[in-house]
Amino acid sequence: MNAPIRCRLLLRALREPAHLAELDLPTWDRLLPQASQAGLLSRLAMLADDLRLTGALPAPVQPHLEAARTIAERQRHAVHWEARKLDQALGPAGMPVLLLKGAAYVLGDLPPARGRLFADIDILVPKAQLGRAEARLMLHGWHASQHSDYDQRYYREWMHELPPMSHIRRQSHLDVHHDLLPETARLRTRPDLVIEASTPLPGHRCLRLPCLEDLVLHSATHLFHEGEWGHGLRDLTDLDALLRLGMARPGWWSDLRTRAETLNLGYPLALALRYCHWLLATPVPEPVLVSSRQGLPGPPWPLRDALFLRGFSLAHADCALPGSALAGFLLYVRAHALRMPLRLLLPHLLHKALEKRRSESP
Amino acid sequence: MRLGDLALTEVRRRLREGLPLSTGPFVFRISTRLPHVAENLHRLYADFPLAEGPFADFHVRVDAMPGPRRWLKPQAQFWLDATRPFQPLPRDQAYAMLEWGMNWCIAGNAHHYLMLHAAVLERNGHALIMPGDPGAGKSTLTAALMLDGWRLLSDELTLIGRRDGLLRGLARPVSLKNASIDVIRAHAPQAVLGDVARDTHKGTVSHLKPDPGSVARVREPAQPRWIVFPRWKADAPARLTPHSKAAAFLHLASHAFNYSLLGALGFKLTAGLMDTCDCWDFEYGSLPEALRVFRGLASA
Repeated sequence: MNAPIRCRLLLRALREPAHLAELDLPTWDRLLPQASQAGLLSRLAMLADDLRLTGALPAPVQPHLEAARTIAERQRHAVHWEARKLDQALGPAGMPVLLLKGAAYVLGDLPPARGRLFADIDILVPKAQLGRAEARLMLHGWHASQHSDYDQRYYREWMHELPPMSHIRRQSHLDVHHDLLPETARLRTRPDLVIEASTPLPGHRCLRLPCLEDLVLHSATHLFHEGEWGHGLRDLTDLDALLRLGMARPGWWSDLRTRAETLNLGYPLALALRYCHWLLATPVPEPVLVSSRQGLPGPPWPLRDALFLRGFSLAHADCALPGSALAGFLLYVRAHALRMPLRLLLPHLLHKALEKRRSESP
Repeated sequence: MRLGDLALTEVRRRLREGLPLSTGPFVFRISTRLPHVAENLHRLYADFPLAEGPFADFHVRVDAMPGPRRWLKPQAQFWLDATRPFQPLPRDQAYAMLEWGMNWCIAGNAHHYLMLHAAVLERNGHALIMPGDPGAGKSTLTAALMLDGWRLLSDELTLIGRRDGLLRGLARPVSLKNASIDVIRAHAPQAVLGDVARDTHKGTVSHLKPDPGSVARVREPAQPRWIVFPRWKADAPARLTPHSKAAAFLHLASHAFNYSLLGALGFKLTAGLMDTCDCWDFEYGSLPEALRVFRGLASA
């Protein structure tokens, strides 16, 4: 299959890591920066390890893989440690605390954890318990990091999470969610059902993992609604790894579909399946692809593809297509437009623009 | 081929498309269109080999920022690959920015080493590691020791091999700041310095050309032998006093670039350093006297 974006090298390496053994040095010279900027170098290092290829790769490449592996290994440790601290802080409150995204993959020992890099830890707690969770976290050293009154209100009234917190000594970042999507978003889902279907994490008091279907749906929702396109390709590789894990279960595709309908997340799932299949050759059966896009609202597919493929191409300048920068802007606007209605969005963007101007002028 | 074997016009031409410069374990492919950056590279890196192969560890670029500002207040920007990790700086600081950017590339990526923030030099097979707070006179002393025949490994970055605990060198130019520029000029009039960049965030900065011997031997690993914490003090007699190993350990670990990132290995390597090194405080007021003390140390 022809990759529709120009990261052919990186996509091929992710799809068929065995092919890494055949790459010559000039190719590595282009691949390493692409993988590194996309946040995927440590994943490539792990893929090469899994296939026992590392020793066969050119000598100048090996230190880069070793360094990337070191960072990923360290972050894996740090995530375990943070999770333990969270469990200690929130355990006595008797509320369920779900790990989301990267932290869930690592603590659940799931395939996307291999060589994954982190910026923060995401958790989900019931909305009714949000105040207590925040109070307990503050007692244990987490605090909202540098936010104006405006930002506080933005998060607390409109968003699906508290203002991002960081730990006063460890400097680690924590996002405390009470929903998968903002309060003001057009699309609404059911966080209570996600909590209900979660399972306790052995050895912890309050930490829980969402079920596999919900991990897929949350990852897809995050990718296609939050507009963090610099990590787009990395998040897509997470989805690919989760889908491949699920496939081994009987009835996986229909369970996933049913779950998406229950949670009202059929749209992000359709996008995730389409682009996983297209870019990473995830073996999604054709009927599943077709049925997932039936009855979806929105623009015609060629237009949507043009936009999202450019979004993924933001992983690295080498991959850029004509119009990538414009697409990046449109995706940013889109993420905001999905997050809140125009009557809230326009004043918000105006406020942010003026704030930026004020901070830039001496 | 060495960079100095090429004429400046040729260096400038090649820098436009990217010139692969080999500095110890790393190859930097450097691009720039700025003439004064090319001149400084040509002068200070004359003895460095050009990398032969098709591979570079880091693709860096420093160039003028486009836009109408370039006529009013010209600025330069540093790129690692396609990213711009820093705020732009005034254009006459472009060469210093390239040097800082190259340090940043190593410090932020080369986690296959333990990286300490300290200068390293070697004499008679033994290496001297000099951590030092800003203003302690570390780079002045590093420059003077190199000019006195010590082999320069680095003025900022101590790279420790994770398998053998040996030190790897870069032999890149020594960054001199403020008064130390004139001190070194007065101490060694033959020393070759790069252009002086004023009003940088580190004050006035100029880089000293490494001696050809250090560059030629850059691939030789060195065995750590001494850790010395220098402190310059006006009119103080040069003298070494013992420094507690426990305190030295803590200082090195807390000033390292990736001590905690390496986890248990970081501890093991730093502890290994303490086992093989004598640790000293060193106070000095004049360079010739300081150099005598270090000659004594090396021949003891």
